[in-house]
Amino acid sequence: MATEAPEKLTKKAITADHPTWCPACGDFAVLAAFYKTLEKLQLPHEKIVTIAGIGCSSRFPYFVNSHGMHFIHGRALPLATGIALSRPDLHVFVFGGDGDGFSIGGNHLDHAARKNVNLTYVIMDNSVYGLTKKQTSPTSPIGYKSKTDPTGAIDQPVNPMRKLVANGSTFVARSHAAQVKHMREMYERAIRHNGFSVVEILSECVVFYPGAFDAGNPRKGGEFPIIEEKLWDGTPEDESRHDVTDFHAAMRLAEEPSPGKFGVFFENDERPTKNALEQRWIDSSREKTGGAGAKKLLSGRFAAMK
Amino acid sequence: MSSPPPAAHPDALTPDPAAQGSLQDVVIRLAGNSQDGIQSIGGFLARLAGRSAQDVMTYMTIPSTISGGASIFQVHLGSGEVLSPGDEADFLIAFYQHSLDNHIASLRDGGVCIYDSDHCEPDTSDKRVTYVGVPFTSATVEAIGGSARDKGKNMFVLGQLVRVFHLDKQKLVEIIERTFGRKSEDILRNAMLAFDAGYAYEIGDVASGQFSIQSGDDDGHDRIATDGNQMMVSGLLAAGVRYGSGYPITPWSTIMETLRVELPKYGGLFVQAEDELAAVSMAIGMGYSGHLAVTGSSGPGLSLKMEALGYATMAEIPLIVINVQRGGPSTGLPTSVEQSDLMQAIYGSHGDTPRAVLAPQDVEDCFYIAVEACRIAKTYSMPVIILSDQALATRIEAFREPDLDEWVEEPDLDLSERPDDYVPYPANGLTQHAPPGTKMAGGKYPVMSGLEHDEWGHPSSNPEQHAMMNARRRDKLVILADELATPEVHGAQEGEVLLIGWGSTYGPLRETVNRAGDRAIGHLHLRHIHPLPPGMEDIFAKYKKILVVEMNDRGVYGHGQLATLLRSRYCDPKITSLAKTDGLTFKIREVLAGIESISPSA
Repeated sequence: MATEAPEKLTKKAITADHPTWCPACGDFAVLAAFYKTLEKLQLPHEKIVTIAGIGCSSRFPYFVNSHGMHFIHGRALPLATGIALSRPDLHVFVFGGDGDGFSIGGNHLDHAARKNVNLTYVIMDNSVYGLTKKQTSPTSPIGYKSKTDPTGAIDQPVNPMRKLVANGSTFVARSHAAQVKHMREMYERAIRHNGFSVVEILSECVVFYPGAFDAGNPRKGGEFPIIEEKLWDGTPEDESRHDVTDFHAAMRLAEEPSPGKFGVFFENDERPTKNALEQRWIDSSREKTGGAGAKKLLSGRFAAMK
Repeated sequence: MSSPPPAAHPDALTPDPAAQGSLQDVVIRLAGNSQDGIQSIGGFLARLAGRSAQDVMTYMTIPSTISGGASIFQVHLGSGEVLSPGDEADFLIAFYQHSLDNHIASLRDGGVCIYDSDHCEPDTSDKRVTYVGVPFTSATVEAIGGSARDKGKNMFVLGQLVRVFHLDKQKLVEIIERTFGRKSEDILRNAMLAFDAGYAYEIGDVASGQFSIQSGDDDGHDRIATDGNQMMVSGLLAAGVRYGSGYPITPWSTIMETLRVELPKYGGLFVQAEDELAAVSMAIGMGYSGHLAVTGSSGPGLSLKMEALGYATMAEIPLIVINVQRGGPSTGLPTSVEQSDLMQAIYGSHGDTPRAVLAPQDVEDCFYIAVEACRIAKTYSMPVIILSDQALATRIEAFREPDLDEWVEEPDLDLSERPDDYVPYPANGLTQHAPPGTKMAGGKYPVMSGLEHDEWGHPSSNPEQHAMMNARRRDKLVILADELATPEVHGAQEGEVLLIGWGSTYGPLRETVNRAGDRAIGHLHLRHIHPLPPGMEDIFAKYKKILVVEMNDRGVYGHGQLATLLRSRYCDPKITSLAKTDGLTFKIREVLAGIESISPSA
């Protein structure tokens, strides 16, 4: 009711089933960071929509108590596009894995980016097909031994950052499931971004690809190099810092060898969203017809057929 | 003019004596190339017919090449009921030698061929028909002048036809002015110069009045003339569809092009997707969001949508799917007509995926079928496939304007709070979703799933649960079938042969019955393909033979797709099949021959 103060969104309120993931799966931390972010941002509970395709990570919507949809393999983005464009009042989140995003749904990723649909997409990349029990994934490195490549993967893996920066995604960030604070920061910036925002999170499959991302985990002897963004303070140190609006600089970061850098690679706040462009067209169409109702519009349509 | 003096063949176009030298109906075939604008001649004649209380049906072929290539447009004009584009032409208008050579055989004995004497040389020794040569090209160039070349010769020919058939020139000029006046004054002026030149061009006896067409009986209702794709869009708009998504494919594309322009006027949106899979997924997203959404395609595109359509059945999302059928399989015959997607529409996708399948019977019915599809999708929360076809999509007919007071419904997005006891999939009730944005009083939010699920949508692989949910989804069609009316039979209510058809064969089948004389032939037309309407066994029992007429292959066991379905459903061996796949609509004589083959006349 309008007179009541809005209910506070708590972690308890947005928690649903206990995840079916294997113990110690990286995805637990991805989920926990999402709860924390929602709690901090206090979005209206009924306006949160959690969407996923198929895969281990795509079970996500069952673990979040919000409106949601567990869709078919690879098509979560067009589904979410239909929701975001027809209901701009909603906060649309899509979760999925590397198979869903870079393989079966690869075409949709490029087009959602090109259209700049206003939604947030979190890709939980484990570099293996886990739900189907260890086949080579689009991000499996060359040499990775799987059931479909018993002597080691031979196809060149997708470089997620290069693909995302190149396809026109207007917010591109990278994080690691072992870094909860960093993930939350990336989520928050992605959600605040107006447009198509993507966060790729290296999330280890402890059963089929243990240790895949140890190189990016200081507790496992690796390192977690964070992108230092320009502060625009005119200092000499600022010269070497990363300009997130610089496409070429983002592409150079994407080419860095493993473990690569973490943080925001690219952000473009200038390009209008498809939501805004379509609304502009709706408004100008409505203006031309004087906001007429369906009966009047159809009557005019039939008059032209006489 | 190099042609012999025009004179009507004694057997030609025998005028109705009661009408004092005027004709009840005439079939005109225009043959040229696709860039000559012959479609617009047909369009103008059709709109004029609509305004003159005449009936009209057009038929056209366009090559699937981008520009150029032979093209025909056939117009059947009449003062009575016009049900088919006509088996044979009474008049052939030939723009080129190839048009003449390829289509002269379609002209009936005693027919009239008017040809462009700048481009054609007819075989004047052929006394079967009357040849009239008119220099369409040079006369148009002379009339318009300047550098217009021969653009506008379609308007010249239109002027001639108005003269030959004594059509209402004033009404037609009004329609031309409305059409071209919207573009620019220059275009209108050139069109009228060509039209007037054609009207004034002296062609002798052919224009003497012997071929004038009677006006129809004006019943006082406004009439409109348009094609099936445009009426389909009109029906969707009337029924409250405001969102959709699609991918271009012939002959579906004009529906999506029109929706893309029309929906924003209604505050809605149509999205051009990157592929067919994305198109159906976006539309499901719009449907989940609480709107009634549409997607559509033609044959190959429908196949691509099948996985997601299975999801829509499983998650019980209301969705309208239009399939404008064309010749298959594969890329097949993109600009020809066929009805070979029936089984795909009913049974396509994996698993048991019940959904409703409807088929409009003519252009006018595209409107009412779309409205009904919307009602079914919303009431039963499921996908509904509308099977249109290339012939319906592109042909123009004139008919009574739908009563907007009766049919227009403004959509309503229901985001009211759902009570404590709300469940998305109640065991004993129909699904009505709580779209996102809806508050849930019980604090628990629904997740739609493609996994088998319980009442809450929660995944469950319990064996009883799966059987129960399959039954629940299937029983929606059982309930729907119960509320359908038994179709009426046209013609003989019992006797020799019952013709059964679906989709665009309606006209030819009805006309066959009308022409069957005193033979006891009836025609039953199915608009509801799946589920089938009730009470048909009782009708079947009244006939000796049943002939299911459809445009698809007779298959390994000798029966077309609907015939196979009906034989399986009614286990009635007297159900036989007349199926063909030549990419053309049925001719009356083909249906009569089919009847003859199962029930020879005495």
